[in-house]
Formats: sequence, structure tokens, C-alpha cells
Amino acid sequence: MSAAVGPIAAPAPISPFRLGLRRFRRHRTGMVGLALVLGFIAVAALAPLLAPYSPIAASWDAIRLAPSLAHPMGTDEIGRDELSRVIWGARASLAAGVLSVLMAAAIGVPAGLVAGFAGGWVDAILSRIVDAMLAIPFLILAIALAAFLGPNLRNAMIAIGVTSAPGFMRVARAATLDTMTFDFIEAARALGNPPWRIALRHVAPNITAPVLVQATLSIATAIIAEASLSFLGLGEQPPFPSWGSMLNAAQQFLTQAPWLAIFPGIAIFLVVLGFNLMGDGLRDVLDTRRRG
Amino acid sequence: MQGPIGARLVQLVPTIFLVSIIVFALQQLMPGDPAVLLAGESAGNPHVVAQIRDQLLLNRPLWVQYLHWIDGVLHGNLGYSWRLSEPVSELIAQKLPVTVQLSVMAFLFAVVIGVPAGVVSAVKQGTAWDWAANAIGLSGLSIPNFWLGIVLILVVSVDLGWLPPSGYVSLARDPLRSIETTIMPAFVLGNAIAAILMRHTRSAMLQALAQDYVRTARAKGLSETRVVLRHALRNALIPVVTLGGLQLGLLLSGAVLTEQVFDIPGLGKLVVDSVFNRDYPVIQGVVLVTALLYVLINLVTDVLYAVINPRLRGG
Repeated sequence: MSAAVGPIAAPAPISPFRLGLRRFRRHRTGMVGLALVLGFIAVAALAPLLAPYSPIAASWDAIRLAPSLAHPMGTDEIGRDELSRVIWGARASLAAGVLSVLMAAAIGVPAGLVAGFAGGWVDAILSRIVDAMLAIPFLILAIALAAFLGPNLRNAMIAIGVTSAPGFMRVARAATLDTMTFDFIEAARALGNPPWRIALRHVAPNITAPVLVQATLSIATAIIAEASLSFLGLGEQPPFPSWGSMLNAAQQFLTQAPWLAIFPGIAIFLVVLGFNLMGDGLRDVLDTRRRG
Repeated sequence: MQGPIGARLVQLVPTIFLVSIIVFALQQLMPGDPAVLLAGESAGNPHVVAQIRDQLLLNRPLWVQYLHWIDGVLHGNLGYSWRLSEPVSELIAQKLPVTVQLSVMAFLFAVVIGVPAGVVSAVKQGTAWDWAANAIGLSGLSIPNFWLGIVLILVVSVDLGWLPPSGYVSLARDPLRSIETTIMPAFVLGNAIAAILMRHTRSAMLQALAQDYVRTARAKGLSETRVVLRHALRNALIPVVTLGGLQLGLLLSGAVLTEQVFDIPGLGKLVVDSVFNRDYPVIQGVVLVTALLYVLINLVTDVLYAVINPRLRGG
């Protein structure tokens, strides 16, 4: 068998981003986070199959039963199975976390890219708007928005999305400024590329890594924010289950049914921990600053 | 010292102006006609509604409404609570000290726990101490504080009976009882900040410990404690100070939930109660005041930063 003779082919270039993702597979705590996140996504997706009972059907002869084999997490104040509600509650939490962060990124990333790329007064105006939004405490602004828009899960997501956008803008802006110092941007300019093309084709791909890290960590924050708004009664409305509103209800029965206050909290903790571990891991493997 | 701080002051003007625009704009999101809402039982009477609309300038252009509103704000008039018919500024003035007490105590907790944990974790990098500190730090960031509050009430108040589960006594009335009622909420509120301070102290300490001056200090034969505390920590704390100011937003956000869980009559409880009574002027007032507080505290931290960091003094 004759081997091809000729110059040795150079290995296909791998982008630093892909290289980082490969490194992620060896990042132990990052992978634990990924496993937790995937686990919760599976629970949310398979809720109809996994939940042993209906999450909203009241059962008046099974009120506030302590955990048992039939009800591993007990039952609540109107006899609903707590396990089934925790399982279904994953949907509200994950949906709120992911959708609000997508919305925040959709607003913040283009704004940051434009601010960093255009500079000058455009940057000054956008940056001042972000300063102003960041000056208002996150949850207080989200509460005010949810209150003015009306309390429901969709408005809670909008409120969280809007209040998370400034973070994305800052990250995208900083990454854009960083990318602009590279020679290939100068080269693209010298070749006569129009600014929009440079921004989209040359800058945008290079800010993916920090934006991805920001997104992962923001989902963790957004899930806590959704749980907080639901806890205050500004998120998912009864009878639909959400971990935050379940904890709100549980507070009234702390002495009679303490288990109701435990499981939804553990669920929030684990899913948020998952996203935090994953985000920390991604930052470790993708962060260009650390590799200097 | 004038340079950087003067520049910050100039930057503050547009920020505060934009905050006022955001707060004013919230009003526009309100569902329905505010005049009808305010009329309450007389909503069916078009004369009353028209009168209210005239009073509130609701049929004038938006910018006129804004100017009227901001003129009031600049004179300390944040409007009247629809629910309690009291000036919003007075309501906030009553509740603010409670939230400030809670926040200050929470911040003390955060510093007392977070900074030493970060130092130990950096000095003992890679050991079980480091691992434990990191695990606790990450948990602190992942536990929703209202849940931590509920669990602590369950254990400390319901099971052990050590502390009251809810309520508040002011410092002026009975300092001891006041601490008793706020120590658990303050711990809960400080928890997430402690985690953030710990993580930042750790990375700042790791950086500081790798510097030449630390090697020099060691070479001089100074004890390790002295090297860590006098040389490394002092420099590591500089960025941590600014960070402390930036956490105020988190502290005030957390206070809303903590006050709700422990039934503490502060600013957070006020805003939540107002939400459910559709008391919009109060919500706006709280948003505005907390934002101004944030801007102010961060200005103070910037000044502090310039004072402790000699390199910034020249401007």
C-alpha cells in the first residue's frame, strides 16, 4: 500500500474556543455541574412520565402527609403530591432561567458589540444607560417591573431578562474592545471591509467565550431571581407549581409540615449549583485572560 | 485626589438623570388608566376621574409630566402613598433605618466570614482547607437566601427555640432585643456576600502572595503570619474594598426577601406590601431611593479606594 507522498498536511486549525470546550471535558467540577444541569433538564422534559401524581389535583384525604413510600416528599396543604410538584416545578425554573437569559443576551450582546465597536458618543450613551440600570438593585427593579407589568411567569421572565441585560452588555463591550486590539482586525480594515462586516464576521465570533460564561452564570442568578419573585407571589401563579411559590406556601406550615419547606429549596440549590459549577468550569477553560 | 473623583462626580450626573427617567418610565408600564385606579370606588364617575387626571397632569405631554415629577423629587416630594395617604418620603424615612441596620450587620457578617476564609484558602491553596472554603463559598452563592432563612427558622427557632422566628425591635428601644431579632436575618443576608468576598479575597491573596515584595518580606526573615497579614493582605484588600461597595445592590435585593421571611418592617417589606396593594408611588420611591443610595455608596468607596491606594492619589 503506497502512502501518499507529499508535504505533510498541517492539522486542521482548531479555534481556541473549541480547544477550550475540549479542555472542559477534563474539568471535574465543571462536568459535575454539567451533569446536574442535564439531570434537571431531563426531569423537566420527562415530567409527565416521571411524576407519580398530578401536580395540581387536590386530594382532600391526603392533606399534609409526612414523607412515606407512597409520597416520598409528603403532601402539601391541599393534599397534592410534593414530589410531583417538585418535578413539574423544574419546568418553570429552567424555562425562566434559560428564556430570560436568552432575552438578556439578545438585548445586551448587540448593544455591547455596538458600544465597543463604535466607541465615542454611542459608547458613552449606552454605557451610561447600563450604569443607571445597574445602579438600581437587581431584584428591586425586577419586582417593580413585575409589579407594573402584572404578576405572572411571563412578566417575571421579562423583568429578569431586562434587568440581566446590562451584565451582558458590559461583558460583550469589554470583549469587543479586547478583540479590537488584534492585528487581524487591522488587516480586515486594510482590506477594505465595511465596519458592519468587521463587527459581525471578525469581532462577534471572538466574543463568544466570555458571553457563554456570562450566560451560564446568569442562568444561575436568573433561576434564583425567578424563585424569589415566585416566593413573593410575582411569578408563576397557583395552582401551577414553582419552587419559589411552594416555599412561600410552606412557610405557613413550618411547624406542622416542615418537609414542605425542604425539598423545593434543595431543588433550587442543586440546579443553581449545577449552573454555577458549569460556569466556573467554562471560565477556567475558556478565559483568555488566565492563559494570558 | 481631585482627578479621578472629580471625573466620577461628572459621570454621576447623567447616571442619576437616567435613573430618574427609568423610574418615571415605570409608570408608563402600568396596566389601565391610573386616574381610574386612583378614583377607586368613584371610578364610575367621569367627573372625579377627569379631576384626578387634571391634578396629575395625565393629559399633558410626557415631558411635562416628567418635569413636574422631577421638580417634586428635587424638593423631596416623592408623591403620596395611595394606600396609606402618607408622603412616600416619610414612609421611606421610617423604614430605611431598619434596612440599614440589617444591611450593616449583614455586611459585618460577610466581612468577618468571607475575608478570613479567603485568606486561609489562599495561604493553604490546594489543601482540604482550600477545598472546604471553596465548597462553602460556592454553596453560599447557590443557596437562595429566603430558603436559608426558612431552614434556619425551622432549626434555630422552631426546634431549638434559641431565637425569635420573626419580628423586629428597634435599636433605640432595646438594643439587646434588637440584636436578637436581627442576628439571624443578618446572617442569612450576609451569606451570599460572604461567598463573593471569600472568592475575591482568595484570588487577590493568591496574586499578592506571588509578588516580589512578599518574597522580599520572607527573605528578611519575617514570620509567615506577618508576611501574610501585613504585606499580602493589605494589598489584597484594596480591590476587595471596591467590591464591597458594588455588593450593596445585592444586599438591598436580598433585604427584600429576608425582610419578607423574617417579617421585618424595612424598605423591602414596604416595597412588597406596596406591590400587592398596587401602591405605585411607593414602589417608584423605593426604586429611586435605593438607586441613589447605591450611587452614593459607590462614590464613597471610590474615595476610600483612592485614599488607601497611594498610586491613585496623584490623579
